[in-house]
Amino acid sequence: MDMPVIELTGVTKSFGPVDVLKGVGLSAYAGKVTALVGDNGAGKSTLIKGLAGVQPYDSGEIKFAGNVVNLHTPRDASLLGIEVVYQDLALCENLDIVQNMFLGREDMKHGTLYEGVMEREAAKTLQGLSVRTVKSVRQKVSSLSGGQRQTVAIARSVLRNAKLVILDEPTAALGVAQTEQVLHLVRRLADAGVAVIIISHNLVDIFKVADYISVLYLGQMVASLETTKTNNADVVGYITGSKTYIGDNS
Amino acid sequence: MTTPTTIGTGHEGSIREQVTDYFHRLRSGDMGALPALGGFIVLSTLFSFLNPYFLTKLNFANLFTQAATLMMLAMALVFVILIGEIDLSAGVTSGVAMAVFVLLVNKMGVNWIIGVLVALLVGIAIGGFIGYFVAKVRVPSFVVTLGLFLGLQGLELVLLGDGGLFRIETPQILSIMNDNMPPWAGWVMLVIALAVSYGMGLWDRNRRKAAGVANRPAALLYAKLGAIAVGGGVVVAILNQNRAVSIVAIQGVPIVVPIALAILWIGTFVLDRTRFGRNLYAVGGNPEAARRAGIKITMVRLFAFVTCSTLAVVSGIFDASRIGSVDASAGKSIVLSGVAAAVVGGVSLFGGRGRLSHAAIGAFVIAIIDNGLGLLGLPSGVNFLVTGGVLILAATVDAVSRKRTGGSLR
Repeated sequence: MDMPVIELTGVTKSFGPVDVLKGVGLSAYAGKVTALVGDNGAGKSTLIKGLAGVQPYDSGEIKFAGNVVNLHTPRDASLLGIEVVYQDLALCENLDIVQNMFLGREDMKHGTLYEGVMEREAAKTLQGLSVRTVKSVRQKVSSLSGGQRQTVAIARSVLRNAKLVILDEPTAALGVAQTEQVLHLVRRLADAGVAVIIISHNLVDIFKVADYISVLYLGQMVASLETTKTNNADVVGYITGSKTYIGDNS
Repeated sequence: MTTPTTIGTGHEGSIREQVTDYFHRLRSGDMGALPALGGFIVLSTLFSFLNPYFLTKLNFANLFTQAATLMMLAMALVFVILIGEIDLSAGVTSGVAMAVFVLLVNKMGVNWIIGVLVALLVGIAIGGFIGYFVAKVRVPSFVVTLGLFLGLQGLELVLLGDGGLFRIETPQILSIMNDNMPPWAGWVMLVIALAVSYGMGLWDRNRRKAAGVANRPAALLYAKLGAIAVGGGVVVAILNQNRAVSIVAIQGVPIVVPIALAILWIGTFVLDRTRFGRNLYAVGGNPEAARRAGIKITMVRLFAFVTCSTLAVVSGIFDASRIGSVDASAGKSIVLSGVAAAVVGGVSLFGGRGRLSHAAIGAFVIAIIDNGLGLLGLPSGVNFLVTGGVLILAATVDAVSRKRTGGSLR
């Protein structure tokens, strides 16, 4: 198998007396979708926040494309090409699509914002992802539906040439049709060569889109499975702790 | 990959489509300063019917100087209101800065230019102080600036003494509000404004063309220039006529007008076209999103307060120029009117929405109420009641228009 884009080994994180991550390992590969599942409180969000540089791990090794790296700030992460699409989306509703997609890294020319190029690139990226539901890239985000917002958030990570995109519950608040659209988008993202980590509670979605499934249980990675070699019942078993890990298939 | 469909930029289409688009945006609750403009027109029509003096040339010029101080303060406040904060101390900040100015210039004989620079530095320092506590320590801005509102009043008293009053003796400062430009300079000002607008318009169009994205029909740019030419032309023409009631001629555009216009233009440029401006809107819209996007929100907040306090000092200079003196209560009562002006103009107190021009228009609405009711000879209580009513009305129009369309309240 190829070298993973990201490889975590023995990652720990505690909040006071509570050990949230107790030596977790996780790998994600270019062009593949890795699903991260686990019950509430299993440590999924903490694991992701560490990767995003928002909340650094206490200890453990992070390898990015084979090199050991530090992730202490969101900037460290984005410089490496790690982008997180958060559950609460992290978009500014008062800004339009272009402004949101380029937030924090606007194209400048002569010291002023180069709106034309940003518009062009935003439109190109959305078209590249076959997004059809957006009429104008100058629409305010407040006027977009949940699915459209999710699309904008994902497109933003594409625009930034992300090598690893982490999606936190991308379909949680969406209707059936919109969920379908977003899952398509996730698949296209991976097909474009990006390593994708997707967090979801919805196993149906995960079996539809993921190549690998990693299960967190109370701060430990209890299983790393290939989607084709497992089934719904097994995964549920791992998530709830009624089934224990029996070997590594990676 | 499937066939890509075209995603527009809002700049495509004929004039008719652009106009339709504009009305569509209006209906979706994005009304900007339109309610305030409407209020302005209604109020001026009303007052001109009620009082024959209202529409005279002299009063027309008075309106500009009456609105200037409030407009400057409201524009200053926009910078902090945009990030969802408030500066209750902006007025007394200007008062303290002007107290320092008169002490330096009147008592110590310092050159007035240095005096102005030191006054602006006082503004920067106070803004930095507020910014530090709000952005770094995360004390709510309402509390920090309320504390300063009280504390700086004390500082004014300490600096100027109880009941202390200093006359402004610098003719250059006095002339800002009290003197006028020669008539030709008014026309030059208008030509410069047109040239700058045209230049910026062309620059934008060329850059968009270079980037390969659609431009709006050029006719829209010419229509805008035409509107500035006609509107500005009428204003300059009226101001250039002799408006004196005695034999000494008073004519020309008040000197404060080009100063205020320049600051309005520069501020708008910063908000619309620089990264700092974009970051202000982002922090106001969703600070967490801004932080995750890598924006240093602490610095953005800090600079917002520094900008606000510094521009507030400019409003203090205007005020001192108009009154001709600085006393220990300077700037105490104006700050809430400044907030009101911004809100009436369509700047959202929730942050993230509003423009400097909105605050300027709002200031004119408040000033015209003041002016018009003053001319009617009504007691000042009525003035306050009407201003308060207009403020609530403006906020209601804004809230209802957003609620109706299901848009967010921001």
